[in-house]
Amino acid sequence: MRVVVDLSRCEGYAQCAFLAPDAFRMHGEEALMYDPNPDDARRDQVLRAAAACPVQAILVDQLEGRDAPAEASPS
Amino acid sequence: MTSAENLQAFKREGRIVVVGASLAGLRAAEALRGAGFTGSLTMIGDEMGEPYDRPPLSKQVLTGWVPAENTKLPRRREIDAQWLLGVPASGLDLAGNHVRLADGREVPFDRVLISTGVRARPWFVESEAALDGVFVVRTREHAEALRRALAAGPSRVLVIGAGFTGSEIASVCREREIPVTVAELAPAPLVGALGAMIGDVAADMQRAHGVDLRCGVKVTRLEGDAQGRLRRAHFDDGSTIDTDVAVVALGGIRNTEWLQGSGLAAGVWGIACDTGCRALDLNGLITDDVFVAGDVARCPNPIYEYRLISLEHWANAVEQAEVAAHNMVSGQADRWPHLSIPLFWSIQFGVNIKSVGVPTFADEVVVTQGSVPDRRFVAAYGYRGRVTAAVSFNNAKWLDHYRQLIETAAPFPPPCPTPDQPADMKPVPVDFPGPTLLAQGATVVVTGHDPSERRVTAAHQHR
Repeated sequence: MRVVVDLSRCEGYAQCAFLAPDAFRMHGEEALMYDPNPDDARRDQVLRAAAACPVQAILVDQLEGRDAPAEASPS
Repeated sequence: MTSAENLQAFKREGRIVVVGASLAGLRAAEALRGAGFTGSLTMIGDEMGEPYDRPPLSKQVLTGWVPAENTKLPRRREIDAQWLLGVPASGLDLAGNHVRLADGREVPFDRVLISTGVRARPWFVESEAALDGVFVVRTREHAEALRRALAAGPSRVLVIGAGFTGSEIASVCREREIPVTVAELAPAPLVGALGAMIGDVAADMQRAHGVDLRCGVKVTRLEGDAQGRLRRAHFDDGSTIDTDVAVVALGGIRNTEWLQGSGLAAGVWGIACDTGCRALDLNGLITDDVFVAGDVARCPNPIYEYRLISLEHWANAVEQAEVAAHNMVSGQADRWPHLSIPLFWSIQFGVNIKSVGVPTFADEVVVTQGSVPDRRFVAAYGYRGRVTAAVSFNNAKWLDHYRQLIETAAPFPPPCPTPDQPADMKPVPVDFPGPTLLAQGATVVVTGHDPSERRVTAAHQHR
């Protein structure tokens, strides 16, 4: 699954790192590092983390189950 | 046909081409579909593969946590586009309304969005740039190649340029316990973006983490061995260091060359547009059907005296893409201006550095909260007595407060909003090494006498 965090919005509340520690980690006191491609098995965890973010900075792919959209093949 | 009927017909069956298939291009495409555009949508990109996110490349990827391949951007919706990837655009014909591709194809459009971004500035000597061990970091392939080189355990890495990318790479090297030398022409790291005061903080931070930081020096030559591998770097003070990996982090070059001759106000400084992301032509006239978004756009900001400012910021790309997309499919009375205050972040040496506003648009700076030695503080920037920007080190929760000060032209220096007021709140000169905001110079000439004849033509700079 694909994830992106808008780090210009992130204020380091660390809720995501608490709820989905495999996908989100704090680096120092308030800097967030995240895995942009966490394992699909973590989907529920990651969705919970996204929902819990106080500034709603986490975007999860809305095209469920389509890891490689066919339209993106080169032509 | 009324203009409203025209607009509905365009939304139903018009042709939109997006040139530049990265963050801004993708978000614009999604916003176009979200706004009910059902016509044909073509995405042109010079790289192969789907749009991916760049910030993780200099952080998560180089630390070895995430493979470069795994940074594809999530999708907010289907965009049902035709993708023309792996071939750059080579020209824009505004009389015939088509984009020319480097392979000779022509792609017709009714409206076009230009989001071609920037590319890495390469090392200035081609033979030295080609040495095994010399890298830049802009694309996924670049990041993957550098990740492999760092994983091989180099004896020393040389980072050329201590802007944000260079400083982040130096930070990753120290995290991986790789000896690193940083060479910067300016008196301190980050000084071009954030001024001398923050530059001194950044320099202390690098040295405290064991970076061999050398400021005020220029790398003059990269020396390879008989096998074409990098071995040594020479500085203009006569010194040398032995190194097997050099990372050239000297900023970017805007991808505007393909627009030469198009009649747009495009050049090394970006493509000028209005706050609605509509491109200007060379005469400063607003075009009807050409829009610009992202790193390549140069947009006036009323907060900063309507100066045309181009920003290589992630949030700016997303916001401009959304404004441009909205305006592409909206009538005159419904258009949006792009008026958001710039936001930027960097993660280095375990510190979250963020800025709001335009720090280069300032004459003074003052620490308003926290403690510089603790590397937990906010500094506010002011220009002629009003707040124009703020930078936080591990204090991001406060930036929204400063954004509001900037938006309301609050007086500078602002009062400290929290109990962690520094003992000495005396503003100091901001001290940038050069007039960074105004340094681009004249690049057009005006010809003709009568109002109907007067036109501007481009005077292309020698580089």
